[in-house]
Amino acid sequence: MAAHAFNTTQPPPRGRRGVWSLNTPTITILFLWSLVPLLMTLWFSFRRYNLMAPDRIGFDGLGNYRYLLTDPGLALAIWNTILLLGAVLAITIGLGTVLAVLFDQEFFGRGIARVLVLAPFFIMPTVSSLLWKNMMMHPDNGFIAFLMRSVGLKPIDWFAVVPLTSIIIIVSWQWLPFALLTLLTAVQSLDAERKEAARMDGAGPIAMFRYIILPHLGRAIAATTMIETIFLLGIFAEIYVTTSGGPGFASTNLSFLIYRYVLQEYDIGGAAVAALLAIVLANILAFFLMRSFARNLET
Amino acid sequence: MANLQLRRVRKSYDNIEIIRGIDLDLHDEELTVFVGPSGCGKSTLLRMIAGLEEITSGDLFIDGERVNDIPPAKRGLALVFQSYALYPHMTVAENMSFSLKLAGLSKAEREMKVAQAAQILHLESLLTRKPKELSGGQRQRVAIGRAIVRNPKVFLFDEPLSNLDAELRVRMRLELTKLHRQLRATMIYVTHDQVEAMTMADRIVVLNAGVVEQVGTPMELYRNPRNLFVAGFLGSPKMNFLTATVESQNPGNVTVKMADGSRLSVPGQLDISNHSQITIGIRPEHLRLTNTGSLAATVTTVEHLGSESYLHVLTANSEALIVRVSGETAVEADQQVNVEVDSSALHLFDQDGTSLRSR
Ligand SMILES: Nc1ncnc2c1ncn2[C@@H]1O[C@H](COP(=O)(O)OP(=O)(O)OP(=O)(O)O)[C@@H](O)[C@H]1O
Ligand SMILES: [Mg+2]
Repeated sequence: MAAHAFNTTQPPPRGRRGVWSLNTPTITILFLWSLVPLLMTLWFSFRRYNLMAPDRIGFDGLGNYRYLLTDPGLALAIWNTILLLGAVLAITIGLGTVLAVLFDQEFFGRGIARVLVLAPFFIMPTVSSLLWKNMMMHPDNGFIAFLMRSVGLKPIDWFAVVPLTSIIIIVSWQWLPFALLTLLTAVQSLDAERKEAARMDGAGPIAMFRYIILPHLGRAIAATTMIETIFLLGIFAEIYVTTSGGPGFASTNLSFLIYRYVLQEYDIGGAAVAALLAIVLANILAFFLMRSFARNLET
Repeated sequence: MANLQLRRVRKSYDNIEIIRGIDLDLHDEELTVFVGPSGCGKSTLLRMIAGLEEITSGDLFIDGERVNDIPPAKRGLALVFQSYALYPHMTVAENMSFSLKLAGLSKAEREMKVAQAAQILHLESLLTRKPKELSGGQRQRVAIGRAIVRNPKVFLFDEPLSNLDAELRVRMRLELTKLHRQLRATMIYVTHDQVEAMTMADRIVVLNAGVVEQVGTPMELYRNPRNLFVAGFLGSPKMNFLTATVESQNPGNVTVKMADGSRLSVPGQLDISNHSQITIGIRPEHLRLTNTGSLAATVTTVEHLGSESYLHVLTANSEALIVRVSGETAVEADQQVNVEVDSSALHLFDQDGTSLRSR
């Protein structure tokens, strides 16, 4: 009897069908939710479908693919997407980690400083892009131009000369608070006794950071990277407001390329192919991210 | 291997004085136990010695050198935390060698020292594990190992056994005393458990509300507690306390009148006037049940521990006492008994709670 009662390999009383009947509605909705748009995108990618030529709609085979893959803008857009993602991740996480450690210390005015540093996150991307465009980076009236002039330098036209760098700066400014917030929470969750043990073991500030704080932050850094990646792949408003992807394709990323296809060339078919490409790229990135962080997340 | 001196050491947090002037001498190769009730400042005092808390005023000397302003790592002490505070992302070996790595020792040296410590603590087979793959007792040993590899002048322990279950606690207690003898190390051990204090200590420091109540070997404190606090704190079950008045004093003995009207003749001399109120302290093992016992009492509860039993009794005027009797006792609850007091084993305290004599 006792052996029977503790036999955990017994199937649960409810059969498979019972479980399925409960799960089915959710699964169905999620299925439709994610699969229908994907299938439609796939469908359009094989169609000739340009809004400027509504009479020439029809099956186009791999025409859209051929067109896109030979588009000189595509490689640049992929490269810009990766560059934008990598640079913003590096800046926000790097700076965020350092700031998180600093903000964990006691100092005068810490409360106010925390609010100030978090503020950019609550400003809408379009607004902050406009702020940067007209008040900070404007070659004539911008604050940066003013600073450069006041030390005798010649101001630069940020969006014309270094368009992608300018966008990286703006996006980093927006996302730094997010990284700081998540990392600060993680820093604060570090056991005080563990830090004291390290102090007793002879760890100075640098060794403490390197051997105790940074390993402790691993998980938070992984999570922040993933979340930021999801959003940074789709950066759009900042580009739209400031450079419109230009000059040429210099600041066009994949999501802006899709937009250019649809609304500048009215090419739905081409846009669909670019969208599929974006999905593939996102999945490749997700794969590598998951693989490098999966071990981290387990522990 | 070191001598430690504390001179008028004080600690305040925001004007609240937690440690209120402590003078202590801790001797080389001794295991000193700080014991006291929760919140009395034991951990604070230990952390001040370790250098993790600033000393508000007073001086701390290690081997004659004033170390108030020397950072923790440079004091040559090692602290074992109650929570162990192991580094979760490092293996057992890395945990133990972390301090050596920071000190710039070569890999070979580190491995040798870790191997030595692991052998002492029976951790050889666990060196490549992470802390989360260890049991509580094993983690405890790693935390001690982390201290051993540094070969510190003084080992500091802050309630290292309180997270372990009762059986393991008894075993680790023995292992720690063995380790102490084996390493011939100077150790300070903080606990609120008087049993740990009695069993492990070479010397006990009883702390209460930020001051030292008494310092001495376990048996000195057990036999001659300087005041009511120490008398009540050490010993399990606790010492019994009864109120009484001094009735008359003759050369060589004193007669005291108990609250229930019975009289006791206590050998010795007291420095106190007649008719003053005193408190009599008597340990459970110095009370016996006899037909002629002077205190009439009712048994309320009998606790059988097997080898011995504790009778909880209530005297005629409702003073509670605990009497230790043989495990074979046939006494039952609600029974009337006569308790005889071994008057040569009495402790007498004046109204301030100070012992009236040291025998
Ligand atoms: N950082 C602090 N700020 C203010 N008060 C503190 C601080 N740390 C400790 N105290 C106070 O100091 C007193 C002594 O604390 P301590 O931790 O030394 O007690 P303890 O004797 O170790 O007690 P326990 O046996 O419960 O560990 C307590 O009343 C506590 O509230
Ligand atoms: Mg404590």
